[in-house]
Amino acid sequence: MNSVYNGTGFDFTNSIRNTFLQDRGLPLPKATSTGTTIVGCLFKDGIVLGADTRATEGPIVADKNCEKIHYISESIRCCGAGTAADTEFTTALIASNIEMHALSTGRKPRVVTAMTMLKQMLFRYQGQVGAALVLGGVDATGPQLFTIHPHGSTDKLPYVTMGSGSLAAMAVFESGWKPGMTREEALQLVTAAISAGIFNDLGSGSNVDACVITADHTEMLRNFVRPNERVQKERSYKFARGTTAWKKEDIRSLIVSEDVVTREGGEEMDTS
Amino acid sequence: MPDGSFAHPQQRQFNPYTENGGTILAIAGADFSVIAGDTRQSEGYSIQTRYAPKVFKLTDRAVLAVNGFAADGNMFVKKVKQRLEWYRHAHAKDMPLCAIARLIQTMLYAQRFFPYYVYNILGGIEEDGSGAVYSFDPVGSYEREACRAAGAAQSLVQPFLDNQIYFKNQQQTPGQSRPLHLPLPDVLSIVIDSFTSATERHIEVGDGLEIYVVLAKGRGAHGLESFRGIQELTTTSDGDRVFVIRRELKKD
Repeated sequence: MNSVYNGTGFDFTNSIRNTFLQDRGLPLPKATSTGTTIVGCLFKDGIVLGADTRATEGPIVADKNCEKIHYISESIRCCGAGTAADTEFTTALIASNIEMHALSTGRKPRVVTAMTMLKQMLFRYQGQVGAALVLGGVDATGPQLFTIHPHGSTDKLPYVTMGSGSLAAMAVFESGWKPGMTREEALQLVTAAISAGIFNDLGSGSNVDACVITADHTEMLRNFVRPNERVQKERSYKFARGTTAWKKEDIRSLIVSEDVVTREGGEEMDTS
Repeated sequence: MPDGSFAHPQQRQFNPYTENGGTILAIAGADFSVIAGDTRQSEGYSIQTRYAPKVFKLTDRAVLAVNGFAADGNMFVKKVKQRLEWYRHAHAKDMPLCAIARLIQTMLYAQRFFPYYVYNILGGIEEDGSGAVYSFDPVGSYEREACRAAGAAQSLVQPFLDNQIYFKNQQQTPGQSRPLHLPLPDVLSIVIDSFTSATERHIEVGDGLEIYVVLAKGRGAHGLESFRGIQELTTTSDGDRVFVIRRELKKD
């Protein structure tokens, strides 16, 4: 007799039925994946993170301008590739836990803490949580940049790329990265790397998002570059009134009676 | 398996087909026909080339668009062109469009048990001077229609065409008269907007657009001359005319 209470972890009671259906030819429904190109790059004063803005459902673009750089704490951000729901919820959970941890310890959160929380959670789910992350930030120990794979492995590197466009982006990084870059040089390199993903990988597209994290300031550059604006359409496809047929029309007034009374020196309604 | 699980028996086999993405569409007018296709060729998440034509001029009155597996598509066009040349030498005239359509059916069905993985759309001018579009499935089933879209973004474009060309799901107001065939400038706008829209939402569509316009003999090219980037491809001087218009599409 199955217990109604499922406890922690995933509920695998559908897996037998699902494999049966798949063997019979029914394809698994496609999760929204971010396709994606995400990058992180260490420079003189801190970290620059970059991401494209396309979310796909198979070959269809689900969102042309989604946000892939997630907030972890004031000085820590995380780019997410893979299953969109997984990256969204994973980063939100760790962000919440980091805030609680910071209050508990009385110290500013460290990037390694977020990294450890993320990797331990992803390992626990044995890769079923499809989140591939680029975690970067500046803390008391200095600027740190990590990459986290869905199964829970991590790498600490000066420049990283993830997602379906990671090869295109890494080609740019390997050609152009050097230690001790200025903010402008780093931003330019990150833009070039994300653009390589946008134009050469079909899973990535639309705009470039960037985030510059230094010891005293984090600047989120949403839609930093927009190389894919839609051209104006040739025609307007506005429909004339009556194009959608209606059988019955019923117009009701919801106001039975109305008395307007103006008050002396009346205060305005608080609409904040 | 080393971890104690059991793998299902596997047999590796060479897969002779692959999908190269892209989309084509054709619309027939009263005395013209428009056949268009994007120029992106992809495989999986990679772009193989940003310019691989999918629409080919067969004769001064027939244009063939092929989509699906590019290797089969390109070879099929070559073979159709060869058959048309044989016909030209044997009969001293170009093959009429309805005959080309029937020829394509027999050529496709001849490979019924190892098909050309291509969706063909043939467009052009019939013997009676009317615009025509014939669409085919990979094994040769065909039908003459007013408009058809095929390829990756078929499910995005065909409903739009059904609404704008056939006026489906649009209630006709009593005073309004609906033309049986739309004028050429309207058709070209619809074609360009179909492709820019498909490019927005389908990752395999983009890079460039090639539109072929076939005009019936006697129909003047007025209105077309002013179109940006138009180029004439006709070889004879007093017959049906073929033009091509190229446009850029988004490259992301």
